[in-house]
Amino acid sequence: MIEPVIQIESVSFSYGETLVLDRVDLSVMPGEFLGLVGPNAGGKSTLLKLILGLLKPQSGHIQVLGQTPQQAAPLLGYVPQFPTFPRDFPIRVEEVVALGRLGKAASGLFGWIGRVDRAMARRALAEVEAEDLAERPIGRLSGGQVQRVLLARALVSDPKILILDEPTANIDQRAEGEIFDLLARLNQRLTILLVSHDIAFISRYVGRVACLNRTLLCHETQPLESELIQRLYGGRVRWIGHTHD
Amino acid sequence: MTEFLDALVAHAFLQKALIAGLLASIGCGLIGPFVVVKRIAFMAGGIAHAVLGGMGAALYFGFDPLAGALVAALVSAILMGMVHLVWQAQEDTLISALWAVGMAIGILFIAKTPGYQADLMSLLFGNILLVPDRALVWMIALDLVLALTIAACYRPFLALAFDAEFARLRGLPVTVFYLLLLCLVALTVVLLIQVVGLILVIALLTLPAATAGHYVRSLGTMILIATLLGAFFTTLGLALSFGPDLPAGPTMILLAAAAYILSASLSHGLKQRRARLQIRDG
Repeated sequence: MIEPVIQIESVSFSYGETLVLDRVDLSVMPGEFLGLVGPNAGGKSTLLKLILGLLKPQSGHIQVLGQTPQQAAPLLGYVPQFPTFPRDFPIRVEEVVALGRLGKAASGLFGWIGRVDRAMARRALAEVEAEDLAERPIGRLSGGQVQRVLLARALVSDPKILILDEPTANIDQRAEGEIFDLLARLNQRLTILLVSHDIAFISRYVGRVACLNRTLLCHETQPLESELIQRLYGGRVRWIGHTHD
Repeated sequence: MTEFLDALVAHAFLQKALIAGLLASIGCGLIGPFVVVKRIAFMAGGIAHAVLGGMGAALYFGFDPLAGALVAALVSAILMGMVHLVWQAQEDTLISALWAVGMAIGILFIAKTPGYQADLMSLLFGNILLVPDRALVWMIALDLVLALTIAACYRPFLALAFDAEFARLRGLPVTVFYLLLLCLVALTVVLLIQVVGLILVIALLTLPAATAGHYVRSLGTMILIATLLGAFFTTLGLALSFGPDLPAGPTMILLAAAAYILSASLSHGLKQRRARLQIRDG
């Protein structure tokens, strides 16, 4: 029997008195490309932080790759929604990506960025088709280029699961399509969990969609129906149908 | 300037002052860039002022004021770090309070220590011409500690300064390294106080690094250029102040500030020019 790589059982979480997640169950199988959708403040980012081990659930259990989220964290690649660094930081793209190897058994926590780290960074940049950016300072990249670099930083540690929080929220549509094509290719060897609020767009790429609005409303492989969308977003959304090819 | 060079050859106290300035610039070059990119200048200012508490207490109880300064700097660094980590909502209020409380403690002790009132000015504004041999030995030791720590932990400090959340995900104990960085800032503050006094420290810690930041693409280069700039400002400040008998510390600070302003407008101009070229070519 194939074990799920991420198993979430009856997990609840609240910030102070605000209940954000209410008894959520979710399993992600190896090799899946799962889209996690839902309205803003629906708990998507919170669920990611729980999976990454940055937060602890008040009740319920989370297992990632058969371990606790804290233990499994080094095996995950994470791409944040916004760059969480100042744009004027004096650092080149190659170094940014190489820092993704921090904490890898081979590379450790201390010391300097070594030759192996740089070589691996180049390889990860090549994988996201951004090798030509390696020498550029991070402050002189476009939004789409930054997202590629962040993706390379997540890939450089050779993760088992790739977790992305709205990776295309701040870039134009053409760059968005390119990123998703890239993810589809990476999905051939990686499990991918992707958060988005753009339900129509991602359903073209992902294998399965889970809808989260405090509790998990659906969890299925079928194309989304408008009734479900209305339950999810409270009926104020215009639904434009599309088909899977 | 020749007058300064002649005097430099003739007087041991000037040679010591020059060495003190160079030793201080190593510290300001190693740690200043982290203070600038991590945006903790306000905290560094707080640590610098709170140091007076330790110096005052040491003078009153008859210890070495340098030892008092060191203890006070480390204690206030840890306290301010905890404030940042635990009471973030009140951070600026609490850090300003620690800043003032440290100074208040220092002033009270000094007021009750016979004969030290006159020295208050040199504690506050430094007197590089009166740096004792003992202090030079301290400075060498502090520089060594700073250099060895940065050499051993360059990558975790870079990761912490660049993107702490990501570093935490990679398993870096970011709280430990954050507090360690603040302790290094505390050591640097004590180092620089010997030269410019505790009020002017913050400028020598940030201005050379911020000036270097206008031109560099890596933190390593920023450290190198900040060190060279620091050496340049302290040496030139000492030389310029010697002839007209001006206080050296403030001269150095004004030099550093003037260079920063010039460099900021230059780099702003270059950026505008790049943008214009981009539009023309694009």
